[in-house]
Amino acid sequence: MLKYLIKRVLWMIPMLIGISLISFFIMHLAPGDITNNEAAFNPKASEESRQKLRELYNLDKPVIVQYGLWLKRMVKLDFGNSFASHQKPVFLGSTDKDGNYTKGLIEEALPITLMINLLGLAITLTLAIPLGVIAARKYLSWQDRSITLFNFVGFSIPGFWLSLLLMYWLGVANNWLPISGLHSLNYETMDTWSKFKDSLSHLIMPVLIPSVTGLAGITLFVKNGMLDVLQQDFITTARAKGLNEHAVVYTHALRNALLPLITIVGLSIPGLIGGSVIAETIFAIPGMGKLFYDAVLMRDFPVIMGILTIGSALTLVGNLIADVAYAWADPRVRRGVMKG
Amino acid sequence: MQTILLKKALSNPLSKAGFIIIFVVFLLAMLAPWVSPYDPDYINVKAILLAPSAQHWMGTDGLGRDVLSRMLHGGRISLLVGLVAVGISTAIGIVLGAISGYYRGWIDTLIMRLVDIMLSIPSFFLILAVIAFLTPSIINIMIVIGFTSWMGVTRLVRAEFLSLSEREFVQASRALGAKDARLIFTHLLPNSLTPIIVSSVLGVASAVLMESGLSFLGLGVQAPQASWGNILTDGKEYIQFAWWLSLYPGMAILITVLGYNLLGEGLRDALDPRSGSSK
Amino acid sequence: MQIKSKQSRFIRLVIIAMLTPILISACENSSSTSHTSKVNYSKSYSPSEGGTMISAMTGEPSSLISMVAGESASSAITANLFNSLLKYNQNLDLAGELAESWQVSDDQKTITFKLKPNLKWADGKPLTSADVLFTWQLVTDAKTNSPYASDYQLVKQAQAPDPLTFKVTYEQAYAPALDSWSGLQILPKHLLEGQDIHTTAFARKPMGSNYYQLDSWAHGENIKLSRNSSSVLGKAYIEKLVTRIIPDNSAQFLELMADNIDSMSLDPIKYSRIIPARPELQQKLNLYKELGNSYTYMGFNLKHKPFDDVRVRKAINYAIDKQEIIDGVYLGLGINIASPYKPGTRWSNPGLNPYPYDPVKAKALLKEAGFTDTNGDGILERDGKPFSFEIVTNQNKEREKSAVLIQRRLKEVGIDVKIRAIEWASFISRFIKTGDFDVVVLGWSLSLDPDQYGIWHSSQQAPGQFNFIGYSNPKVDKLLEQGRTELNPDKRMIIYHEFAKQLLEDSPIVYLSAGYGLTAINKRVQGIMNPIPPAGVGYDSQKWYIPEPIRRNEISAH
Repeated sequence: MLKYLIKRVLWMIPMLIGISLISFFIMHLAPGDITNNEAAFNPKASEESRQKLRELYNLDKPVIVQYGLWLKRMVKLDFGNSFASHQKPVFLGSTDKDGNYTKGLIEEALPITLMINLLGLAITLTLAIPLGVIAARKYLSWQDRSITLFNFVGFSIPGFWLSLLLMYWLGVANNWLPISGLHSLNYETMDTWSKFKDSLSHLIMPVLIPSVTGLAGITLFVKNGMLDVLQQDFITTARAKGLNEHAVVYTHALRNALLPLITIVGLSIPGLIGGSVIAETIFAIPGMGKLFYDAVLMRDFPVIMGILTIGSALTLVGNLIADVAYAWADPRVRRGVMKG
Repeated sequence: MQTILLKKALSNPLSKAGFIIIFVVFLLAMLAPWVSPYDPDYINVKAILLAPSAQHWMGTDGLGRDVLSRMLHGGRISLLVGLVAVGISTAIGIVLGAISGYYRGWIDTLIMRLVDIMLSIPSFFLILAVIAFLTPSIINIMIVIGFTSWMGVTRLVRAEFLSLSEREFVQASRALGAKDARLIFTHLLPNSLTPIIVSSVLGVASAVLMESGLSFLGLGVQAPQASWGNILTDGKEYIQFAWWLSLYPGMAILITVLGYNLLGEGLRDALDPRSGSSK
Repeated sequence: MQIKSKQSRFIRLVIIAMLTPILISACENSSSTSHTSKVNYSKSYSPSEGGTMISAMTGEPSSLISMVAGESASSAITANLFNSLLKYNQNLDLAGELAESWQVSDDQKTITFKLKPNLKWADGKPLTSADVLFTWQLVTDAKTNSPYASDYQLVKQAQAPDPLTFKVTYEQAYAPALDSWSGLQILPKHLLEGQDIHTTAFARKPMGSNYYQLDSWAHGENIKLSRNSSSVLGKAYIEKLVTRIIPDNSAQFLELMADNIDSMSLDPIKYSRIIPARPELQQKLNLYKELGNSYTYMGFNLKHKPFDDVRVRKAINYAIDKQEIIDGVYLGLGINIASPYKPGTRWSNPGLNPYPYDPVKAKALLKEAGFTDTNGDGILERDGKPFSFEIVTNQNKEREKSAVLIQRRLKEVGIDVKIRAIEWASFISRFIKTGDFDVVVLGWSLSLDPDQYGIWHSSQQAPGQFNFIGYSNPKVDKLLEQGRTELNPDKRMIIYHEFAKQLLEDSPIVYLSAGYGLTAINKRVQGIMNPIPPAGVGYDSQKWYIPEPIRRNEISAH
């Protein structure tokens, strides 16, 4: 087990380098740079001053030198400062000499995105597991087909269209939910209970809409897993032993069918960290997706690189944890790993 | 083999519905130049934002163009983006998967690590950045979606190749001294085609949705060329007023993507040995 | 774009970018009172203090020091926090803001400003000419790298001989000088001295001298201002100004409909189709329409053939139906112009007429330039090459639509046009900077001073400069140079009238339309000047008030 772990961790180093290379390559597809933003298109901004900016950010050096400089800092977890956002640190914040702590851009955005997506994942799983089990038990029945149809309709609606329709219906036509944003304007003055209610009401749409979209995949996964397990010998044995169907399905079969879900959750990590550019834009949520989209439009290279690298690195770590958890939970795999 | 599979899949009412949807959507898109009541680019500034009527079944847009005609022509673009993007990703997937699964060894490790790397980067971010940097055009959009979604097919093909290699007929050919290329193209590839088709069908669905998402962000197919994504985006500002501008493209995307998913899922089910026994 | 009086002071000649932070100004609070149709908005109340006005923006400012931030989102906020020496009054004449008076020397090279006595910063410290001098040093400092530096770099010498006097001397008389001092927001020396302007915490926690001061800035969510009790200019009525950051325009409009924001800039469809058709919106929103200081144009790359030929440019000008664009794209909410100035102002030459729509004349001119349809495909050729080009524009609905209408009209005279709409950063770097374009559809947003040296002078063609279409006419160059040094307004007027005439004759660009700025403001906000003064609807917004009976319930659940 330990050997396996070490091997996996060591593998992450070349992969991280690969990720940073891909990110760096993509960035240099861009013809524009920071000196092209709106402010720069001003007669009072001389070309000379823009050249100075380029030097400041090393944009005048050869690509390979830029990459080297960047890599050197990255090892120290220093992803530099944003070009566009008043030189805010990209990843972690810093304290200036007066003791004011400025939060880093990713440090601010990541918790918001993680919270929304973890809630979404929890809701998706809560809905998908029972739906998948029902679909498997009633395989090819009308229940199975309605579940499939419902899930696919959810998957197929363009998310921003559904969002706008619901924002109108729930926020304008009926005054049931706030339309956009994370908090009410008077959030600071609320008591704890009101704060909780306020946050919850702001989160309902941005959390629920993407979960409905993600339902189809996981339900199918659970359904197929259940179908597989229900045909296996130990289930037949259990049935033959006279265990009631309920016990067979919910204690023996489900447990085995759910194991591979760990892997699926691992695979969904890029989405959890990256968030949804579209949902965050529509609902005015300052998360990772919005941060990345703005950075792309502003050609804010340190932020683009930072998000791609940190996002991917966290994904690698997440996958590792998922694999280890899987190995630990499944005796068959555990034995296999120990041997290998 | 493929036709048997299709027959089997179509015995499921949902997949049948999916098949019919795709068939009709394709037919309409193909026939767009003949069935469109108007030139999709014909502007009439005196007929801006007209509600659906006998003259304009789906109303008119902000420049007085006929929405129905734009939907039909836009459908061609949306479907084209989906098909070509998936064509690209499938081609890459087959090549890399075949190399990986057939030769194994270090090249397999290398390709699989590359797959892992690509899977760990949020793919929509990659697409967004590359399209913004290369400027959005139909061709760039197709290429970028293709180049960021080949990982699934690669894994699939590799797994097929690995398991097929163990089968007797492959082992026998190899023993008889068949060349690599012959083995790959006559035995391995044809036998792994079915799962590839299934995954492609599902891939088209995602690509059509992806195009509409990119349009929302201003990085989709660009005006004045119509696509379902950009008609929908145009209409989003007036969703409760000029509802026809968003309802029709929204429904078109919904129904088409649904059709692809139902068909793809039906094919996957049919492929599964379980479904035979349950019949 | 609608708080014209405040914004355009600072942002000269900035191309209106659809993409990044365009300000949508609006006001006030959340939704518990969203069904306020019972409230009688038509009743007028007398001014009273208090209340909150909520606006929205699509993009967040990068910093609240606008001399380094540079985007309109930043200056929209800082305009409420800081003052300049001068300002434009409601009739667009220069008036003192921090300055009580100013004097221009006889040789026109020196300006002496007298500050108002007893000026104070929001923290109570005195605001003196030392602050003004410090701000000038800061904006011209090479390390600051301000996009606005060049105007102030023309100052040869700046002095603050006593706390109330600020004196600047120019190398030679500079006509736009006074205008430039209406654009420089004075910053507090005691807080910024010795700080690195690019990293200082002041950028996120500024302190100024205007009617409002910063309360809080929740990153990505909102910026809250409250009244500055020690403002020496007086006291605003509205207690709090909140600006929410809502990136998507459709979401913003939903918030406006639900009464969660008080104002928003509108597109022509919302202004003249949607709101008038909806009684419940009409009931609670006042609509404002004002001619802005900007226009949309189609510009030729004069270095590319065949656009170097004035006959071709004129032909295209005749072939485009501008009225159709105004009617079809702007739903009539635009004006056909013939000079690059706001119609009705003194700089706009009333003797000039736009090129009429005349396809027959267009065809004749094209024929004269050597274009004929030799192969009968409906597209003209010259030397065997078909007349075909690409219009590039940034992603802006009105511009895209205009391009589509142009495409159709040009096809009718035998020119094949393709259209490419592209995101802003790529647009600038790929096409404008490299000069690799045939024709662009863009807009200019102008300052109140008539000087347009940067756009039209032949010396301003380097990559990244603004004469990217490559216009060069010695006569125009001379006029522009004269206009910069002539301080007599009447003589200047003649110069710029002549300049506009020459420009129209050369037709390096086709004026498409000067569009109206359209704004909706909730009726609960009262005291807005009616009719709208020349300085714009946002002028003197400190006199706006929200009467208590129709305020939102400010302690609402969400």
